[in-house]
Amino acid sequence: MKEYQTITEISGPLVFVEIDEPVGYDEIVEIETPSGEVKRGQVLESESDIVAIQVFEGTTGIDRKASVRFLGETMKMPVTEDLLGRVLDGSGNPIDGGPEIVPEERQDIVGAAINPYAREYPEEFIQTGVSSIDGMNTLVRGQKLPIFSASGLPHNDLALQIARQATVPEDSAEQSSADHSSGQGPREDAAEDEATDEPGEDAPSEGVDESGGDLGEGEEDEGSEFAVIFGAMGITAEEANEFIDDFERTGALERSVVFMNLADDPAVERQVTPRLALTTAEYLAFEKGYHVLVILTDMTNYCEALREIGAAREEVPGRRGYPGYMYTDLAQLYERAGRIKGREGSVTQIPILTMPGDDDTHPIPDLTGYITEGQIMMDRDLNSQGIEPPVNVLPSLSRLMDDGIGEGLTRDDHADVSDQMYAAYAEGEDLRDLVNIVGREALSERDNKFLDFAERFENEFVQQGYETNRDIEETLDIGWELLGMLPKTELNRVDEELIEEYYPEESEESESEEAVGVEADD
Amino acid sequence: MSQATQADIDVVSEGRIESVSGPVVSAVDLDARMNDVVYVGAEGLMGEVIEIEGNLTTIQVYEETSGISPGGPVQNTGEPLSVDLGPGMLDTIYDGVQRPLDVLESRMGAFLDRGVDAPGIDLEETWEFTPELDVGDTVEAGDILGTVPETESVEHKVMVPPDSDGGEISAIESGEFNVTETIVSLDSGEEIAMRQEWPVREARPSADKRSPDRPLVTGQRVQDGLFPLAKGGTAAIPGPFGSGKTVTQQSLAKFSDADIVVYIGCGERGNEMTEVIDDFPDLPDPQTGNPLMARTCLIANTSNMPVAARESCVYTGITIAEFYRDMGYDVALMADSTSRWAEAMREISSRLEEMPGEEGYPAYLAARLSQFYERAGLFDNLNGSQGSISAVGAVSPPGGDFSEPVTQNTLRIVKTFWALDADLAERRHFPSINWSESYSLYKDQLDSWFVENVAEDWPETRQWAVDVLDEESELQEIVQLVGKDALPEDQQLTLEVARYLREGFLQQNAFHDVDQFSPPEKSYLIWKAIETYNDEAFDALEAGVPVEEITAIDAAPQLNRIGTQEDYEEFVEELQSDITEELREKY
Ligand SMILES: Nc1ncnc2c1ncn2[C@@H]1O[C@H](COP(=O)(O)OP(=O)(O)OP(=O)(O)O)[C@@H](O)[C@H]1O
Ligand SMILES: [Mg+2]
Repeated sequence: MKEYQTITEISGPLVFVEIDEPVGYDEIVEIETPSGEVKRGQVLESESDIVAIQVFEGTTGIDRKASVRFLGETMKMPVTEDLLGRVLDGSGNPIDGGPEIVPEERQDIVGAAINPYAREYPEEFIQTGVSSIDGMNTLVRGQKLPIFSASGLPHNDLALQIARQATVPEDSAEQSSADHSSGQGPREDAAEDEATDEPGEDAPSEGVDESGGDLGEGEEDEGSEFAVIFGAMGITAEEANEFIDDFERTGALERSVVFMNLADDPAVERQVTPRLALTTAEYLAFEKGYHVLVILTDMTNYCEALREIGAAREEVPGRRGYPGYMYTDLAQLYERAGRIKGREGSVTQIPILTMPGDDDTHPIPDLTGYITEGQIMMDRDLNSQGIEPPVNVLPSLSRLMDDGIGEGLTRDDHADVSDQMYAAYAEGEDLRDLVNIVGREALSERDNKFLDFAERFENEFVQQGYETNRDIEETLDIGWELLGMLPKTELNRVDEELIEEYYPEESEESESEEAVGVEADD
Repeated sequence: MSQATQADIDVVSEGRIESVSGPVVSAVDLDARMNDVVYVGAEGLMGEVIEIEGNLTTIQVYEETSGISPGGPVQNTGEPLSVDLGPGMLDTIYDGVQRPLDVLESRMGAFLDRGVDAPGIDLEETWEFTPELDVGDTVEAGDILGTVPETESVEHKVMVPPDSDGGEISAIESGEFNVTETIVSLDSGEEIAMRQEWPVREARPSADKRSPDRPLVTGQRVQDGLFPLAKGGTAAIPGPFGSGKTVTQQSLAKFSDADIVVYIGCGERGNEMTEVIDDFPDLPDPQTGNPLMARTCLIANTSNMPVAARESCVYTGITIAEFYRDMGYDVALMADSTSRWAEAMREISSRLEEMPGEEGYPAYLAARLSQFYERAGLFDNLNGSQGSISAVGAVSPPGGDFSEPVTQNTLRIVKTFWALDADLAERRHFPSINWSESYSLYKDQLDSWFVENVAEDWPETRQWAVDVLDEESELQEIVQLVGKDALPEDQQLTLEVARYLREGFLQQNAFHDVDQFSPPEKSYLIWKAIETYNDEAFDALEAGVPVEEITAIDAAPQLNRIGTQEDYEEFVEELQSDITEELREKY
């Protein structure tokens, strides 16, 4: 291992070093400052006589006399099941005072791409207990579904609620495994392997029971378990504690791995934190059979760090100063979600981002939306109306919903109910502008029904509180109660047979009549 | 790629790595021509020469470059980036440089590793060759020598390579051959095998290009009905994220009446490709009833796969499409998304420190886009057959703003514009094709086909529907100010008819077993049913029936259910008579 004291330039997070032996692109570097502090970095550009290094812990304290060591390998994450229950810093060092981590393997943090041919299409319904998600933007195992939020909105409460309540109802887990028994390889064997592989199996399961459910519930007997990976990037200590306290309260911490890069930690480190988190997630999922839920927050801080490095390198900036390769860079994180044929576990991602200026066309939410499989959109107006969680379903979307719902998975009427509620709520929303101008009386009876629908949709379907856990039956039943406000003939998204089966007969006349009389709040 | 046969490709020169920056590597002392394929580093990562400056050669590398260091070897094959062409491409999924993903999986497991090569077509597999010509026949470049049953749907035509000088056949035999064995010998001494190679960045030659005159029937109402695409035509689908580009392209791949489908997943999601791989083998081709996969070639270079291979995947796809066009087939090519391709160009260009054009894209963006779409068209082939490539490109404009360079440059080239609309998508009006913004410049030249094959009054019916929708958008502006009830009765009725056009005709659920595919005959009947309602309703209005009574008839909402009916003819007939009866009873 060669050591140099040939730094020629220090600029922002970058250090340039003259070398006389070639160094590999992306390799890890250790820089020791004159005061003895050791910082890590990565080779960004490698020429035969000079390299550019990005320093994760920031360049403060580095001078031209600092010594630089090239470790001859790309960055690795030491992984082991023992990471569960641990709290690490943004570079992967334990900060919880616990024992040293003895790795089972060291894995490259720039994960290789999953061969699309080896993927298993995600279609196992995850019940989050949140109606606006389960009913209309269904999450499935192996999906990447971000929360698009903005400063001051309760995205953390929603993320925690999901982490607490998420469960895979038994029917759908069975159904899916039956569907895929052919493509899946030796399932039984996999389950057995795991049972022997996992000495700590009992402990996490207990925590699970207290918390009232988990992603692995449906498959408990098969040995697959649920784990949470929490990657914090540049959030405040207070926010981070909110998560950790909740994990502790519910016992979830024992089956979690926490990576913390806080607001006052170096920004460049944010480049590695999510990669460490995802490497750990992949290991637990694809080698140890866990169903892993990865929460990454706040992706906006990650992107800011990316922009900072781009600027330091004097790259030609793309839209609004963010690097032109930000799409590719983000895809390399988000695409590390999914399922793999013949392997037991899964990686489900819920990244959280705050939209600068509440603007969903800003490059951060925009590029994210182009990569992820939908988005859950938080809404400031709903929040100020006191709706919990303030999810605006109209711009929200789950692209993997269609294959994860329906007969045998959730319920036969699920897709139609969802479609119809979207259409009806959109129509009601439209009418709100008009009603402000012309008043309710000027609207037809039909229009008034849609206005009332929108009102009750927000107050009864979306509104539920962060502690309420609704199963999918309940969610769909509430949906029908609301659709009962509209005449049957208006339900053109719903199959006629399903209308016969589910339409709340008694309510048609009385409810809609009564509803028309109610004045809008605004 | 053709270094399947890497062993027999000579290394024509060798150089040394000078620097590495992401997917871009420069080498010194390498004797190379532009676009030569080279192998980089000890692992032999595949790359392509993209710039030569004095002794410095710049290479874009199609695999991850982590850990590659200056000083390592660079070997030049002296061959341009090419694809292998021959039987076995259908029912296959490739990466951006034509490596079969199933072979890669079996060689390196679930994750894509580097430095592994695989031939684009299986060199061992044998095919049953049936000659169509005899010894003594004279052939020229492009001529069809015989056939091979490639899949249950597609008869593969074995052709004389386009760069052959032709001659008299001295030997031709039927039987089982693999793709490299000689099946035909010419008196010139030339030996012809089923496998051809072709450089991806060069269009395969044809005799002539014609003006398209038949529609690519898509089975999608809004597309066939209002904005039809021609066989050999070009179309763009721009739209913000989640507006339905991929679903629309997948519907085209499933239901359009092409012989061959080339589907390029360019820089998009892994799961979307998996979905196609899972679904297509089980879905029937609406024309033949055979599995869809039997006519499909997939190219998947997902967003997390190397950027340089994303740049090339579009060329790999169109070259494969041209090969089947040469056989006389109608090929439909889908590229999702051309914006990711453009971004790959931008990324490579900025690593080269080229002078950036608009929004950082290279100045040659427009030229590359038009070169690509120019390779689509209706062609007279060298062998006298006629084949077509219809090219449909998704565009993903940042922030959904169509004024950006990729959308704008694409619109200057393509003749069909399916504009997706976030507003429509939000209210789950799918496909979210905005009917006032979209257009098709093929509309008039395709009318005669629809008149002959579907209905004599197809153009008039379409015009009627367009007029009603136009009137609706004008009326909507007034409604926004005063409410619907303030409009005169006839205008209220127009709004109602327009609503049925939107909900019953324009909307089409890609996930409904029946609705997802609407042959033109069915689309026409839906129009007609709504038109019947329109005519009867206006008669009733004239006879003094109040508009509320007209719009409240029980039968009318059934107009929105025709799409989901399998026995639609019967359903429409009954519905028309119900509507007529119910309305005439009122006066
Ligand atoms: N014809 C359709 N019928 C029913 N649903 C549709 C239709 N088209 C689109 N959708 C819905 O819209 C969602 C998003 O569509 P799609 O994935 O095609 O968007 P996209 O434009 O390709 O987005 P991106 O640019 O992010 O890839 C789908 O998951 C589906 O729920
Ligand atoms: Mg898409």
